[in-house]
Amino acid sequence: MREGVEAWLRAAAERVHAEAPALTALDQAIGDGDHGINLDRGFAAIVAMLDDRPAPVDGTTDAAATADLLRQVGKTLISKVGGASGPLYGTAFLRGAGAIAAADGASPAAAFVAALEAAAGGIAGLGKATEGEATMLDALFPAARAARTSLDGGGDLATVTAAARDAAAAGATATIPMLATKGRASYLGERSVGHQDPGATSSALLLTVLADAAATGSADSAAASA
Amino acid sequence: MAANAPSHAMKKLINKVDDLVPESLAGLGAAHPDLVRIDTANNNVIRKDAPRQGKVGLISGGGSGHEPMHGGYVGLGMLDAACAGNVFTSPVPDQMEAATRAVDGGAGVLHIVKNYTGDVLNFEMAAELVAGEIEVQAVVTNDDVAVQDSLYTAGRRGVGVTVLLEKIAGAHAEAGGSLADVAATATKVNAQGRSMGLALTSCIVPAAGTPTFQLGDDEVEVGIGIHGEPGRRREKLAPIDDMAEWLVSPIVGDLGLKSGDTVLAFVNGMGGTPLIELYGAFNSVNKILGGQGIKIGRSLVGNYITSLEMAGFSVTLLRLDDELTKLWDAPVHTPALRWGV
Repeated sequence: MREGVEAWLRAAAERVHAEAPALTALDQAIGDGDHGINLDRGFAAIVAMLDDRPAPVDGTTDAAATADLLRQVGKTLISKVGGASGPLYGTAFLRGAGAIAAADGASPAAAFVAALEAAAGGIAGLGKATEGEATMLDALFPAARAARTSLDGGGDLATVTAAARDAAAAGATATIPMLATKGRASYLGERSVGHQDPGATSSALLLTVLADAAATGSADSAAASA
Repeated sequence: MAANAPSHAMKKLINKVDDLVPESLAGLGAAHPDLVRIDTANNNVIRKDAPRQGKVGLISGGGSGHEPMHGGYVGLGMLDAACAGNVFTSPVPDQMEAATRAVDGGAGVLHIVKNYTGDVLNFEMAAELVAGEIEVQAVVTNDDVAVQDSLYTAGRRGVGVTVLLEKIAGAHAEAGGSLADVAATATKVNAQGRSMGLALTSCIVPAAGTPTFQLGDDEVEVGIGIHGEPGRRREKLAPIDDMAEWLVSPIVGDLGLKSGDTVLAFVNGMGGTPLIELYGAFNSVNKILGGQGIKIGRSLVGNYITSLEMAGFSVTLLRLDDELTKLWDAPVHTPALRWGV
């Protein structure tokens, strides 16, 4: 699980870097035009952290090592990104780490769902926000619900993450007609309507990369076990 | 036309975009070594003689691009430290923790926070990092009447009142006020002040390289914040008497100012408007308030809380009483504000 998470983070850093101008352009329309820039800086710091990170000590469970890695990611985002997205995404990773540590022994799919639910809840609590306010939660909460449904239906990691990806993408698109009442876009009032929320967009992007990594990972393990 | 024409290409006095904030801070430190020192590891501006034993420490901070706020307000009678983030991006908790520790003289530290989600979250996390070691109180400024306040939204933004609050609360701390007293004064300033601004042009965030929004040659953006974010509505460019009325009327209404009241009137430039126009704007504000019997007891005109090279202005009115007037008049010696010393 830890190696899969690390592969996801490295792939996410590349995608965030590539999409940074598009995210910034979305933010210029309704905010202060720095979302892509900030997220790119944060993920570059995550990659630097991964490069410097020692291997887990012998005897550490995979869940504990994964949780420790995610905790480090959260701390890196909080201390490097700034703005609102630093504490919000940072807290999401810290909460996800806690959920994965608590779910030691669970399947990777179950651990992912628990982490995603905890992450969305952490953002909602810190940002005092909920669904329907045109924020990253409009991608994350539908994603968590879809992932839970898929898991309950017997889905494996690739299926569950694909369900989360699709729901997050739909959720991000659904922010276009919304009136923003939280975050920087809320200052525009009615003029925020008609714009896709940059935070929901970046959340959907991260889940897309995760689903891709899970699909590749399950193909790899199928090949390995064949 | 030329001075206010929208600029589409980025043309700035910088070496590398990433070095702008640290090099600007280094310049501030080199220009005013008698007032401040720079914590280069944390991008913090620290009062030269901090910590001062027994004095409440005042810290503010926020994204860069609003100069002289906040680093220019570090010194005698104002702030003890300012944390500089990247342009328009809140600084991080580690910076605020370092600043809090650097200025704590045993009497506690007041965090002055502008009401933006990022600033509020990062300052809250910083306060948690020193909880149990240093007594911290926070006051959040939210004086922008362009934003409808509501329990269900992020609320009003902190803008021009922040400058006045840093001066007035700083004077109270310099006079030996306790943390509770200084926080109460700060809360009072926020409660008695309101602001609103408009833009003639957008601005260019250096890392983005393009203007944040586009305005037609004959358009103004009304109800802007200080981050180049679009405002509440667009209007056709109008005579300054009319544009001043657009800003002053909502403030007077919101504060409930009446004939006989006294205010501090603050006409602030957004960074790209010359003083000749700002004084013209002050003249308009003076006529409007005079016509309603509202007296201007104190005034401030200039570029004090800016949005990079944005052209435009904001008006802040602060209801004055004897206490606030006395604290406003107290000596101050910082890179950007100096009187009485």
